[in-house]
Amino acid sequence: MSDSTAGNAYDGLAEHHAVVGDDAHWAFGSEVEDPLAGVDTTVPDDVDPRVLATYCLMLGDDALVAAHRLSEWCSRAPDLEDDIALANTALDLLGQARLLLARAAAADPSVVPALPAGSPVPPEDALAFFRDAGLFRNVRLVELANGDFAHTVVRLLLHASVRLALLDRLRGSRDPVLAAIAGKGVKEVSYHRDYAGRWFLTLARGTDESRRRLLDALTALWPLRQELLEAHPVEVAAAEAGVGVDPRLVAAEIDVVLDQVLAVSGVDRPEVAPMVAAGGRAGRDGLHTEALSRMLAEMQVVARAHPEGRW
Amino acid sequence: MVSTVVTRAARTPLEVAAEVRDPEMPMLTLHDLGVLRGVDQHGDEVVVTITPTYSGCPAMAAMRDDLVRSLAEEGYAATVRVALSPAWSSDWITERGRAALHEHGLSAPGPAPRRDGPVPLTLLGVRRALGCPRCGSARTALTSEHGPTACTALYRCEACGEPFEHVKEI
Repeated sequence: MSDSTAGNAYDGLAEHHAVVGDDAHWAFGSEVEDPLAGVDTTVPDDVDPRVLATYCLMLGDDALVAAHRLSEWCSRAPDLEDDIALANTALDLLGQARLLLARAAAADPSVVPALPAGSPVPPEDALAFFRDAGLFRNVRLVELANGDFAHTVVRLLLHASVRLALLDRLRGSRDPVLAAIAGKGVKEVSYHRDYAGRWFLTLARGTDESRRRLLDALTALWPLRQELLEAHPVEVAAAEAGVGVDPRLVAAEIDVVLDQVLAVSGVDRPEVAPMVAAGGRAGRDGLHTEALSRMLAEMQVVARAHPEGRW
Repeated sequence: MVSTVVTRAARTPLEVAAEVRDPEMPMLTLHDLGVLRGVDQHGDEVVVTITPTYSGCPAMAAMRDDLVRSLAEEGYAATVRVALSPAWSSDWITERGRAALHEHGLSAPGPAPRRDGPVPLTLLGVRRALGCPRCGSARTALTSEHGPTACTALYRCEACGEPFEHVKEI
């Protein structure tokens, strides 16, 4: 580094390329080519790779879509501290998404969209940028437009409380890769849930206006919570194979946490019916609201326009 | 006959890798931060294993490149691998690392939380009794649990008025 400062600012780049090699990166991904480099991704015996891959897509897509929505707050949050907090939360979830999508691709390469031969796009990025909405497996809760800050807080609380309970159990997954990803994620999502819980309390006990907005958000989002707690056939199969967790098993534990937040906030549990599945299909089946298509259009447009882009 | 050629004592790959610094907290070596998990030499090839602090750690590529470059300068061809498990803990920051943080105005983490059963909800915020790394005062207040990097929280000293970062316990 010290040598390069004697020349111009670009010498460092030249030196980097000379020493590190493989200097052409796909223009839209991270520089680390394989987030699972060196990790043994062999699927455990008697586990259906398709089930494991689809299960990882569900957890990964929840994180990816939630991360993108949270990142939309960047430069728009109520104050600088929350701007940074939401961006950090988005970054954690994006990191989890990347690992989970990479794990899905390694378990069953057939889930990865086909790209032209010689494409520089790594599998997890192909999954993120080259699938249409109908192939995303996230719950609908995470895809809705952000709404106001109260909506973001309520959504993060509902999502993080379920995700934390699932990840905590997944540390014991028979798939060592998923177990390792969960082990890291637990520490991160604990922070997310605490952050959302504190803001929930603050808004509920704040002004009439903040409380009104919080209650509006809770009523609007509560019907979407059920989808996180229902067991999709893939989740059931993954649980039976010992690699996944049946969300029904953690429902009681999550209720304890939510009731604690509601009680200290002086807010009643909403009595609104869950949002129905359409023809028996919901987010986990690829049936989404219009909001996801719009979000993906923005998220994917540049990558799709330049699938061969390198720098 | 004794060779009269004087050669510089070659540094081992471990010695080289252990001195590479964290790109976001350059007062710490990767060893002191606890992200350097192993350095193995197989013939001419060196395999370095690192672990991310957080899942979305954006510094992994910079760490990898710095390791490859530093080892190349000493004549070693290195490959860098990622170990996800066991998950990084702030307990892995060495004593020397903690001293370096303090010397550079950052507050070192306390013991990482331990638990049995479900992760407890902390609605009142994390309570830490921190001394200001600049003036030593115990009158410090949390500004935000989320600081400028994923692994730090932001505090302010009410005695000297200076803000400082605290490396979070995870």
